[in-house]
Amino acid sequence: MSLSRESLNDAGLRLLSAVLLLAVWQAVAMSGAALLPGPAPVVQALIRDIAEGSLLSDLAVTLWRVVASFVIAMAAGSAIGILMGRSRPVDGLFDLWLVLGLNVPALVFIYLCYLWIGLNETAAIIAVALNKVATSAVILREGARSVDQSLLQVAEVLRLPWGRRLRRAYLPQLYPYFMAASRSGLSLIWKIVLVVELIGRSSGVGFRLGLYFQFFDIANILAYTASFVAIVLAVEALIIRPLERRLTGWRT
Amino acid sequence: MNALDIAIREKRYRKGGRDTVAIADLAFTVPAGQFLCLVGPSGCGKTTLLSIVAGLDRDYDGKVERGGAGGGKIGFVFQTPRLMPWLTARDNVRLALDPPPKAPGRAEALLTEMQIGDRLDAFPNHLSGGQQRRVALARAFVDDPDLLLLDEPFTSLDAPTAQQLRDLLLALWARRRPTVIFVTHDLREALSLGDRILFLSAGPGRVVLDLPVEMTRPRSPDGPAVEALRKRLLDLYPDLLRGLDRQASAENVA
Repeated sequence: MSLSRESLNDAGLRLLSAVLLLAVWQAVAMSGAALLPGPAPVVQALIRDIAEGSLLSDLAVTLWRVVASFVIAMAAGSAIGILMGRSRPVDGLFDLWLVLGLNVPALVFIYLCYLWIGLNETAAIIAVALNKVATSAVILREGARSVDQSLLQVAEVLRLPWGRRLRRAYLPQLYPYFMAASRSGLSLIWKIVLVVELIGRSSGVGFRLGLYFQFFDIANILAYTASFVAIVLAVEALIIRPLERRLTGWRT
Repeated sequence: MNALDIAIREKRYRKGGRDTVAIADLAFTVPAGQFLCLVGPSGCGKTTLLSIVAGLDRDYDGKVERGGAGGGKIGFVFQTPRLMPWLTARDNVRLALDPPPKAPGRAEALLTEMQIGDRLDAFPNHLSGGQQRRVALARAFVDDPDLLLLDEPFTSLDAPTAQQLRDLLLALWARRRPTVIFVTHDLREALSLGDRILFLSAGPGRVVLDLPVEMTRPRSPDGPAVEALRKRLLDLYPDLLRGLDRQASAENVA
């Protein structure tokens, strides 16, 4: 009972916060700032972009790049992080590489990939993935280091086969770290994908934003931003949070 | 037939940069189906011994032979319940079954018998300490092990709950007759449970007294028979629980 009332309050607050944002936006726009179109023109631009423009196909192509580089970065980063967390020699050997990966600017990775691989889709996706591998490796390394050996001993005494040992005793200990890496990874990748598109692709949200920038078309820039934000929120609500509840719901 | 033939010459481990001998010249055999209690002061290597017997620790000098069928199953009840926090009570018990059955069955029946049939789908962090111990006990028992190792499983429980679980353990043991090694530092508990008690010296642990216990069951840990034997033991060997430094003899006790 108290729980549902709490979640009701929560939803109310979220709604209020959205309304407040719109109100502030409208107020600033009406105060005569020519550089900020109000919500109404932006919605008009949005509708026009969907009906006549290429907003949907731009979103689709950007989304595909996000998913591909996210999967590559999480898989590679998790594998590297777990290996380093489990073995001291491996950790010592590659720690410097990780520090390097963390600190090389995103732009450098992007330019290098385009130069080495060419101005193509593969280069774009690898460039984005490279920017995320090190951070997910660092988070998963922390997780692998903190694995509770006593639970692995239980699995050993029960003589669980390799696969079940992994699924039932080992990986669940890493899920919270995996979720943290996914969250921070997704928000990083959203941003970098646009830069990659701006620099070296002729499709996608980043490319289109670049065009509108040259035309000084603020309403369309905001329309693309809004649609992009809507997708991020949907991914958070429809995929990430349910997954998190499923994987770490036992904590509540 | 012996279920276990243990001869450990030496077990060392490093602790805080120092080499410590945990066990030295420890040898005994356990007949199949026996309920053996191990009693000794803390630091005498009891937990280490169980790890070696369970095959969790292979870095020692000596031999541990399992009699009977080579691939005998082992049940292990650790000092803490060690349940998987992300699995329900039911799934924690089913973890020991391979392959895990689709239909409800043994795990549920065993948990019901242990009076937590109504908490099958609860996660461990919603269970009380006593309930968690029950799940751990069920997990060790559910796959019919030939060898059951228990490492002070009922410490940190209130007295009635601990007694309830002891009775439960004895009932399960009587039904399937696995060989049991039960580690404890509580002499009353050992006397009330075991067919035989091995007393270990202070670390490095070796056997200082091998005592058969022939009282009929059930024996209450607070009953007069257990109390009388306990008193006789401690009168003869006042330092028994701190770990004697000399060999004691079971004949003196009888």
